[in-house]
Amino acid sequence: MRNIFLFIRRYSNFFIFLFLQVLSLWFLFTYNRTHRATGLGIANEFTGWVNSKYNKIEDYFKLNKENQRLNRFNDSLLNLLPGNFSSRDTSVLSTIDSLVFDTTGRYRRYIFRPAKVVYNTVSGVKNYIQVNRGSAQGIKDNMAVISSDGYVVGLVVNVSANFSQVMSLLHVQSIVSASLKKTGDIGDIQWDGKDPRYLIMKKVPKTADLKKGDTILTSPVSFNYPPGYMIGTVADFKLDNTTGMYSLKVKTAANFYDLQQVHVIENTEYNEQTKLNTETKKKIEQLKNNPR
Amino acid sequence: MNDFLKNTFRIILFILVQVYVLNEIKNPVLHKFIVPYIYYLPLLWLPFSITRWGLLFTGFIAGLTLDYFMMTPGLHAAACVLICYIRPYIINILAPKDAAEFTYREPSPKAMQWTPYMVYVFILTLLHHGYMVFLEWLSFGSFLDFILKVISTTIISMLIIVTVELIFPRRLRFRTNTP
Repeated sequence: MRNIFLFIRRYSNFFIFLFLQVLSLWFLFTYNRTHRATGLGIANEFTGWVNSKYNKIEDYFKLNKENQRLNRFNDSLLNLLPGNFSSRDTSVLSTIDSLVFDTTGRYRRYIFRPAKVVYNTVSGVKNYIQVNRGSAQGIKDNMAVISSDGYVVGLVVNVSANFSQVMSLLHVQSIVSASLKKTGDIGDIQWDGKDPRYLIMKKVPKTADLKKGDTILTSPVSFNYPPGYMIGTVADFKLDNTTGMYSLKVKTAANFYDLQQVHVIENTEYNEQTKLNTETKKKIEQLKNNPR
Repeated sequence: MNDFLKNTFRIILFILVQVYVLNEIKNPVLHKFIVPYIYYLPLLWLPFSITRWGLLFTGFIAGLTLDYFMMTPGLHAAACVLICYIRPYIINILAPKDAAEFTYREPSPKAMQWTPYMVYVFILTLLHHGYMVFLEWLSFGSFLDFILKVISTTIISMLIIVTVELIFPRRLRFRTNTP
């Protein structure tokens, strides 16, 4: 206690100086309009700065929830895309159908569902992704999966009640029909199991005009994938002389290393289309066996 | 004359001169930026023997008085308190070291020699103007304006202070042992 008093006495001049300074500055910032405005402005600026920093940290803790909310919302928007709908050919009206899906005659072709990645590998040659939606949520085999930024990820191959297994593009047995955005030429996307950053595109005809950096989209003739979603960009290409087709090295658009939120896309006509396909083959077989 | 009365009279006189003469000449005669300040000169003339408390409060009251004339409460008071706080340190540095005691009662060209006295006045003038213009500048102006204004105001003030010292030499009394 004594030391405190000694200290105060020793530096009394300084304390008086401080006191008078503070007093005059208080006068200055209280009674002068411009100074008052400036003082309040600086204080405001400072508290605003602190608030924004705090907000940044706070945001970080809410990130997960926010992500899911965003993905759900994106999904609802994706469901509204006009490309999901198509209309039956109405040029020849033979019968009046009682089941109308839409007042304009359109019906929904693609349905989007949000999902979260719970397991993912990129290191093997057969890479699978597991997402937290299953048959209880309406997921079926052969549905397409795209990442939250709209890039193709893979195909659902197996479904349990609450989870489903997705064969990623980085799977040696994965074959995806793709097309070049510029020319529309169609080829097959595969993976050689070497570098998870690059895919292989085969069966691109020699006539295609190729450049590095060209965009590759899902083809309009796929049963699983809706057309026009990006798969990757051309990184390199060379002509295979034995087949006369291009073989392309494709840089993947989706980042398979940090997949978090994805969308599962259902083609409502998948069953009908594949059934027709197999029945046609069967029919042709029969024709071959019993020529007319 | 009593020291207290004499200094009070000086301070009032200088403040009146500051308000009614120097503040009026700024617009037409000098550039609008420049206001010559000499009202704090009596504070530099206060006796060596004054206590530091007394010095600080004198400075505060003098500054505040001018502030109320100029409608800027606290602006000059802050600057005056600052120079009154610094004043003893500067005197300690610049005072003649060989003399054990000061021969004269208060700082003046005669008491301290011209060069140390001018350095003393210059440092405190620069501090006063720097701090005051800084507080003013918080509300408007750019940094270049700030520097220019400090320098130009200091130069003009120094000129006027030198003139005052030459024209009105103070009658200086020696320190005596008799009270």
